[in-house]
Amino acid sequence: MDLQPIEGIPALVAAIAKNVGIFSIVMVVVAYATLAERRVSAFIQDRRGPNRVGPFGLLQPIADGIKNILKEETLPATASRFFFVLAPILVLVPSLVTFAVIPIAAPLPTPWGVVDMVIADVPIGILWVLAFSSLAVYGVVLGGWASNNKYAFLGGLRASAQMVSYEVALGLSIIAVLMMAGNVTLSDVVWQQQQLGMWFAFPLSLAFILFVISAFAETNRLPFDMPEAESELVTGYHTEYSAMKFSAFMISEFGHMVTASALMATLFLGGWDLPGSWDDAYWFQGQLISGFAADGSVILASPSLLKTLATFVGFGAKTSLFLLLYIWIRWTLPRFRYDQVMSLGWKVMLPTALAYVMLIAMTILLLDELGVTYGFGYGVALTAVSGAATLAFVFFLDRGRTITGAAARQTQRIETKTISPAVAALETARSAEPAPAGD
Amino acid sequence: MAISVKVMHRPAPESTSYLRAALSGMALTFKHMVNPDKVTQQYPEEQTDLSPRWRGTHVMETHADGRPKCVACGLCPTVCPANCIRLVGGEDDQGNRYPVVYEIDEFRCIFCGMCQEVCPVEAIHVGRHFENAEYTRDRFVYDLDRLMEQDHPSTLLWDPSDPTSE
Repeated sequence: MDLQPIEGIPALVAAIAKNVGIFSIVMVVVAYATLAERRVSAFIQDRRGPNRVGPFGLLQPIADGIKNILKEETLPATASRFFFVLAPILVLVPSLVTFAVIPIAAPLPTPWGVVDMVIADVPIGILWVLAFSSLAVYGVVLGGWASNNKYAFLGGLRASAQMVSYEVALGLSIIAVLMMAGNVTLSDVVWQQQQLGMWFAFPLSLAFILFVISAFAETNRLPFDMPEAESELVTGYHTEYSAMKFSAFMISEFGHMVTASALMATLFLGGWDLPGSWDDAYWFQGQLISGFAADGSVILASPSLLKTLATFVGFGAKTSLFLLLYIWIRWTLPRFRYDQVMSLGWKVMLPTALAYVMLIAMTILLLDELGVTYGFGYGVALTAVSGAATLAFVFFLDRGRTITGAAARQTQRIETKTISPAVAALETARSAEPAPAGD
Repeated sequence: MAISVKVMHRPAPESTSYLRAALSGMALTFKHMVNPDKVTQQYPEEQTDLSPRWRGTHVMETHADGRPKCVACGLCPTVCPANCIRLVGGEDDQGNRYPVVYEIDEFRCIFCGMCQEVCPVEAIHVGRHFENAEYTRDRFVYDLDRLMEQDHPSTLLWDPSDPTSE
């Protein structure tokens, strides 16, 4: 089979097909993520959740969509009309556009050439994701401001402050990945994980933890949903929005969740890579290779439809895992206080991420100086270093602290003081006496 | 007089571990997530067990030949605290009294069950039933035919000699 990248008219057709296909997949996943959120939250609270519309409630997202389209669009009298309408669009677009650079499966062979299963494998890769995911906060701030509502405005302000704080830790935890991958394109990140023989979640465990926490903050999900904070700000930046404009904010929140989950799966869980090297594929000097032989010559890859489907299912499973984690955490943890969010971001995440980047950089330099080849042993050494760093992080975060909350083991901490009658009488007399006159 | 004071030693906020508390919380929610024993009652399919003394929509008992048991004595409209029963009595050629008009406004009714208690011939009953939704308000005034058509079980009266209905 001719393993050349697809070119010309077929490439155009493939690009359009990938655009439409991946966009539809993301939208369907977003729709069903809303259902999953409601079902999982119900399960967590020992309820059953929406199960009336269609089998197992599977048509619920469609019913929600119809409801939102048919509802009345309100426009507050004092709102800034142009920006009020612009804000949902500004939020929605970046959350969907970021998915373009994430490879979703192994390359697919066709009679016209090999199709990469990614909409645009742009050379700037992760930078594209960072740029666009932080663009979404403009929509949130604009929506909050344009509503001309105090709560909405506060929500918008909080969103911007939170985004700035956690973008730093997010970027720094990505730097560890980039140092390992040596490139910013996500297909390279996947390839390097295949070459290493293990997913980056192990050799870069602390970066993984920091990235997951920052991604929660970036997507404004609980416990970081300061911009929404129902109990303080009504519903924050989208208080004044109704019908489809509200729905756009909702879709973008879930779109961000899906993109962040896919990104976490790609950066730390090997993307579409499945265990073993049978599915590895990478464009190396115009050839699709699956690895290097001991003498440095390339081993050609043999892509097939089956491999593409299997890796796509694997990628979907990894992404769903993170989506479930998002929902699970949302229905477990209470919301942080605003100052707690800020102190976690600046006093814990940022210094840890900085120290960790230095530690990983030193380890990589040391391993390279020692002449350790990039492979499984390299990964094990980094795993040991990162594991120690993670343990130290957890230990220092937790030192001198109690395991349980304030209400637990109450009986042990309650002391009953009995005041004797004489003392009690004295106390009563003292309190009954008029206060000594001043001066 | 001796005074007892409870002193609770709570950990200072800065010494509480969010990490371990969060993990134990997640373990707890996971246990509930996979717990197949859900509390939701699947209402239209699963019906609630109503108490034998549940007082709901009225039922008019009938004789074997389909006539209402009511003798139009007028006790139930008299005793009704909500004044929701309208009764116009009549007499047939054998001198038997029967209700010409018997209407109960289920909107006004407070379901106290006094009509059932006061009825000398055990004709009008409150019933063990609550699904009486309608599309229009006038459908809530039940006439005699409608009351006789009700086929749900009627309410058990409170027995003073057996106060807990055992």
